[in-house]
Amino acid sequence: MSAFTMGSYGGYVWSCFAMAAVVLIICDWRARVRQRQVYRDIEVRIKALGPDNAPGEGQ
Amino acid sequence: MWNFIHRLASPPHFYRIAPRIVPWLAVPGLLLIGYGCYAGLFVAPPDYQQGDAFRIIYVHVPAAYLSMMTYMIMAVSAAIGLIWRIKLSHAVAAAAAPLGAWFTFLALATGSIWGRPMWGTWWEWGDPRLTSELIMLFVYFGYMALRAAIDDTVKADKASAVLALVGAVNVPIIHYSVYWWTSLHQGETVMKGKMDTDMLVPLLINILGFTLVFGALLLRRVRAEVLFRERRTRWVRDMVLSAAGRGT
Repeated sequence: MSAFTMGSYGGYVWSCFAMAAVVLIICDWRARVRQRQVYRDIEVRIKALGPDNAPGEGQ
Repeated sequence: MWNFIHRLASPPHFYRIAPRIVPWLAVPGLLLIGYGCYAGLFVAPPDYQQGDAFRIIYVHVPAAYLSMMTYMIMAVSAAIGLIWRIKLSHAVAAAAAPLGAWFTFLALATGSIWGRPMWGTWWEWGDPRLTSELIMLFVYFGYMALRAAIDDTVKADKASAVLALVGAVNVPIIHYSVYWWTSLHQGETVMKGKMDTDMLVPLLINILGFTLVFGALLLRRVRAEVLFRERRTRWVRDMVLSAAGRGT
């Protein structure tokens, strides 16, 4: 029990660790969302233009 | 070595290789963070002055360290992009900024929560370490706002790179603020051997774990940024068409 109350500092300590976990989860989630969003936009663009008409520059 | 770096800087090559590196950083990183947090919370003895409140350092210190390291990555990448015009460098700088802002926020928030029971206040405006760290958060916001405000990617890269370089002056100010001015914030303890080993080891493990996870997050974000920047190129079109062909 004392491990959770942390000598009356439990609220401060646990909220910091919870916040760190939330920040890591948000960073990971944002990266996934961005990747999916960009990829989907490219798919839509290629579909709209047709695979043979979608311009491809360089490389 | 140069050949490897040169190949890695190629957007298509980076895009293909990044997902293979991510698990090698994320898995050990998360395991280290798991063990570091467990040891920091349950194994390390309480501090003789701060009691159990000192355990906040196990997330506060890695976050503060990463907030500065991310800024340096952003500034160095921006400089490389400006000088040598390497496309991937600007993508790294752009992708690093949101991560840096999140870790700066985490450092400020956890520091503030620690300050309440230890200093008797959530925030002290006169403290140079706190204020300079807050300025860095605003520089991150400014950097992202500037990028978002300019539609042309090349112009956005140049303008934001200049801002990133100017803002880099704040990093040594944050680091040395506790020596240059009177500060409530404690001085350097980790590198000066002032911590007991039982307390220090979980902290070092967490710093390493957070750094590895940060590396994985950065690679993912850079990958998305590369895809966005290269969305009109042939290799992206071929890749998407090939993936769609495999899916049908």
